[in-house]
Amino acid sequence: MRQLRFLLQKEFKQIFRNRALLPIIFVVPVIQLLVLPLAADYAIKNISISIVDHDHSSYSQQLVSKVISSGYFQLADYGNSYDVAFRQIELDESDLILEIPADFEKGLIRENHQQLFIAVNAINGTKAGLGGAYLNRIIADFNAEIRLDWQDPQRFQEFPTIEIVSSNWFNPLLNYRFFMVPGILAVLVTMVGAYMCSLNIVKEKEVGTIEQINVTPIKKHHFILGKLIPFWMIGIFIFSVGLFLVARLVYGIIPMGSLGLLYGFLSIFLIAMLGFGLLLSTYSETQQQAMSVAFFFMMIFLLMSGLFTPIESMPHWAKIIAWCNPVTYFIEVMRMIVLKGSGFADVKMQLLKTIGFAIFFNSWAIINYSKTN
Amino acid sequence: MQEVVIKTDKLTKRFGDFIATNEITFEVYAGEIFGFLGANGAGKTTAMRMLCGLSKPSSGQATIAGYDIYKETESIKKHIGYMSQKFSLYEDLTVMENIRFFGGIYGLTNKQIKEKIKNLAEKLGLQDQMRKLVGSLPLGWKQKLAFSVAVIHEPRIVFLDEPTGGVDPVTRRQFWDLIYEAADNGITVFVTTHYMDEAEYCNRISMMVDGVIKALDTPANLKAHYGAASIDEVFFELARGAKRSAD
Repeated sequence: MRQLRFLLQKEFKQIFRNRALLPIIFVVPVIQLLVLPLAADYAIKNISISIVDHDHSSYSQQLVSKVISSGYFQLADYGNSYDVAFRQIELDESDLILEIPADFEKGLIRENHQQLFIAVNAINGTKAGLGGAYLNRIIADFNAEIRLDWQDPQRFQEFPTIEIVSSNWFNPLLNYRFFMVPGILAVLVTMVGAYMCSLNIVKEKEVGTIEQINVTPIKKHHFILGKLIPFWMIGIFIFSVGLFLVARLVYGIIPMGSLGLLYGFLSIFLIAMLGFGLLLSTYSETQQQAMSVAFFFMMIFLLMSGLFTPIESMPHWAKIIAWCNPVTYFIEVMRMIVLKGSGFADVKMQLLKTIGFAIFFNSWAIINYSKTN
Repeated sequence: MQEVVIKTDKLTKRFGDFIATNEITFEVYAGEIFGFLGANGAGKTTAMRMLCGLSKPSSGQATIAGYDIYKETESIKKHIGYMSQKFSLYEDLTVMENIRFFGGIYGLTNKQIKEKIKNLAEKLGLQDQMRKLVGSLPLGWKQKLAFSVAVIHEPRIVFLDEPTGGVDPVTRRQFWDLIYEAADNGITVFVTTHYMDEAEYCNRISMMVDGVIKALDTPANLKAHYGAASIDEVFFELARGAKRSAD
């Protein structure tokens, strides 16, 4: 035990003296949490629209101002030539064309029927799809408004319409940040395990100090614990800064569920990731190697964890990778506990799997560690 | 009969087809300075790493301080010190912190550590450097410090792998004063070196060529046996036949 104390003392001194590591521990998490959720926002805004108005009536004016005032669109061009508008799309200055035919108002009043034309620049599929959908929605709204203007409320409604009312559970304002922030917090903690811990051990290999340690009577498990405990604590520290400082103060996210459950899960997840870092370090001889391999796995961890894209819409083979990814479960549980207030029973399966990962990575690492020495 | 602290019997290490050390058999007596000489690639470091418990022998027997090299590595580690070719103190810790750390993991009490720090500061003339990072010290001082740390727990044997590489002659002289002092205190010194003048300081030396010990005796006897004026000439005489190219 006394040896472990000396090891921990030494490790903390080195960490707090490392000018490259300190900013990573204290500054990077805050910046990532501040910048990423704002940038990784799926609500598409600022779609450029070109409106070709052949009618110039009061109804067409009403429609145009309704589109512009929705907040999603920016008027790139307003004119009466489709060719000019299409040229704008070709130049990538415009994403959408809304063509209002001549006699729009007249037709609407007399024939009770009118057609509009929307052309979409579909190079960016998401933007095109959502832009088109927003515009459809706005036009439908506009349509309902005119109906209301004309219809005698007393009269029997000729066309029955189905009105859809939805209520958004757990994130009523569909604030994308509520979805991203817990996920990014999970990623930050993953980085501590996969990068910092393995780099630290490989550095000792590279410099040669591990040899000196190996000729001392230090027990292997003490040495490993001496490495894991500091980074476990750093992981919990980073998580707490993110949760209490950034998520709460900046985004107003307060976990719905129990903090104890959240930290319990975090502790086990960290043990799994530190085991992964340890495993990487047993296979790497230089920090460069460890870094490259860790980077490769980080990419998979991030992209195949449901952080940005839902796992449900991945092809089957990708789903299998996602299910073998420990980060998947942590992100899932983070969102469940923080946004839904899920309890122990709800996250039991994820917890069991994470414990499995922790045992798997750590045993593999320890077996491999004793072999190489 | 002198007490034997290192005893090897046909100790061999193979890496695939390559035999790094081939059935080496020798004894080292308590309190002596044993020089372990040989060209680059002759297998010195491999042999030393086996004796320290850093690598498992392929075959053969050895006991270090009476402990078996296969079964009792943990006991061996308590009774040996080791200083590798690579400088291996923590450069981002201060002199004092390094001494405290290594003292601590060798199980010295806090009181003993305090005394060691005081004694070493005086002996090495490092009083003003104690709170400086080891990385900022000149190489000579680093090596002397590394040696002092390697014997901080007063081991039976200390293994030194080319301890004076790249060090100036004055510092080398001072370094050997430290080695003599350790030997006077009863610590057996097992040292590899490429400096033949240093070989003359040893009580006995062995010459390794191509993984085999070609000669083992006192410097004076070796010179007489080969009719050479210096150990340098003995070395050339023996190493001339080496097949392994120096790396």
